[in-house]
Amino acid sequence: MTSNIITIVLAGILTENMVLAKFLGICPFLGVSKKSNTAVSMGIAVTLVMLMATAVTYPIQVYILDPFGVGYLQTIVFILIIAALVQLVEIVLKRYIPPIYRALGIYLPLITTNCAVLGITMLNFTNARITNYVEALFNALGAGLGFLLAIVIFAGVRSRLEKSDIPESLKGLPITLISAGIVSLSFLGFAGIVG
Amino acid sequence: MADNHLSTFTKGIVKENPVLRLVLGTCPTLAVTTAAFNGVGMGVAATLVLLGSNVVISLLRKVIPDKVRIPAFITIIAAFVTIIQMLVKAFAPAIDKSLGIFLPLIVVNCIILARAEMFASKNSVLPSILDALGMGVGFTAALTLMGMIRELIGTGCVFGLPITAGAIEPMLIFILPPGGFFVFGILVVLSNKIAVKMGKKPVKSLGCGNCQGCKGCDAEGYPAGEETAPATSESKSGATGVNITTNQEVAAAEGELFPNDKAITEIAAPEGDAVVKAQAKEAVDTATELKKGEVSDDK
Repeated sequence: MTSNIITIVLAGILTENMVLAKFLGICPFLGVSKKSNTAVSMGIAVTLVMLMATAVTYPIQVYILDPFGVGYLQTIVFILIIAALVQLVEIVLKRYIPPIYRALGIYLPLITTNCAVLGITMLNFTNARITNYVEALFNALGAGLGFLLAIVIFAGVRSRLEKSDIPESLKGLPITLISAGIVSLSFLGFAGIVG
Repeated sequence: MADNHLSTFTKGIVKENPVLRLVLGTCPTLAVTTAAFNGVGMGVAATLVLLGSNVVISLLRKVIPDKVRIPAFITIIAAFVTIIQMLVKAFAPAIDKSLGIFLPLIVVNCIILARAEMFASKNSVLPSILDALGMGVGFTAALTLMGMIRELIGTGCVFGLPITAGAIEPMLIFILPPGGFFVFGILVVLSNKIAVKMGKKPVKSLGCGNCQGCKGCDAEGYPAGEETAPATSESKSGATGVNITTNQEVAAAEGELFPNDKAITEIAAPEGDAVVKAQAKEAVDTATELKKGEVSDDK
């Protein structure tokens, strides 16, 4: 059990990285990685929302959708749950923990239809390693931390790019994509360390 | 009028290509293009969803209250995604397998929500259908092109048919995740080059700002509390979203830096060249309308 959980978390961070290996959450990865402090906030917000979304959607699939034979409603149910959940969290944070709301608030609505969040809630049911609720939660945690790691590393790379002399045609999006490719390439080096 | 309809259809293919010009839907673009066939499958599935959602949203545009339009749109889109998902599972299990999780994830594809928000919710049914078809064809074409390039370099085949296999050692990296980033980056450079030649502005940043769903792409630019995004911020996101820098200087500088555009284009992507050239030719045909050189807001 413990070793399986460690495997799940490590796979989520390194070998099956959300952004660099699975291409989920590219939008915020490319868009909010200009500065490392905003990148960290975004990464933390994504991790929290992933955890909460998994905490809610996993039982709904297992105890409501599957027993009633309506598993095909997964897509529509999950996206609405995530949208509602994010709104709720936002309202609660705004009312009770204003400092956190100020730090993460603007990122929350952006995450609602982020494919990384919807993706992880669905991957919880296709990943063979995950057999129960706890493992699903750790899977979400690992994926979120993987996203955080990737976006923070990438923010560092981009801050160096700002100062370098880049051919005019490559400026902006193209060089960002190519640097992302190189970062992704380095993550390929982890292949095989998680069984 | 007929002209108008034609341009509604064709703009999605070249002028406002959702992948290369608007830079929407990057996740599926990068993820499923490991083979040309996957690109076609993804493109067709997304086109069908877009067609359905555009028609229904256009029909309901006067019924849906403005404040809850985003959840309403998402629900409509999710319904169509579910239908397509079931159809694909039943009739094309191979595509279902290769697209995997990205088939249900069409629901959060920026293109669909962006077209709902920017076009279908403001136009009648016929233009919405044409818009959906144009955008869908553009999306499919871009994905297929990218799939072909990656498949050719990565495995030596195109659509599973061996082309250079055996003669040239395939570079596996191109069908692995890093290859997706590289090829997409080069394609954006090429499309920018063509755009600049046609007197348009190059794409410099992600276009997700257009859609309410993931307008976070340039999150730094958005003050808190704007998330309900009434019409005022709409024009703003239209302007900042496709953040095309206003620069004649860039074009001028490029002329200096790269006196021989053609050579660079050819060196950069010999494989996609023919296709790119064909696209460019097509683009030139419609160039008369493009003089303004801006990704115009849909009226």
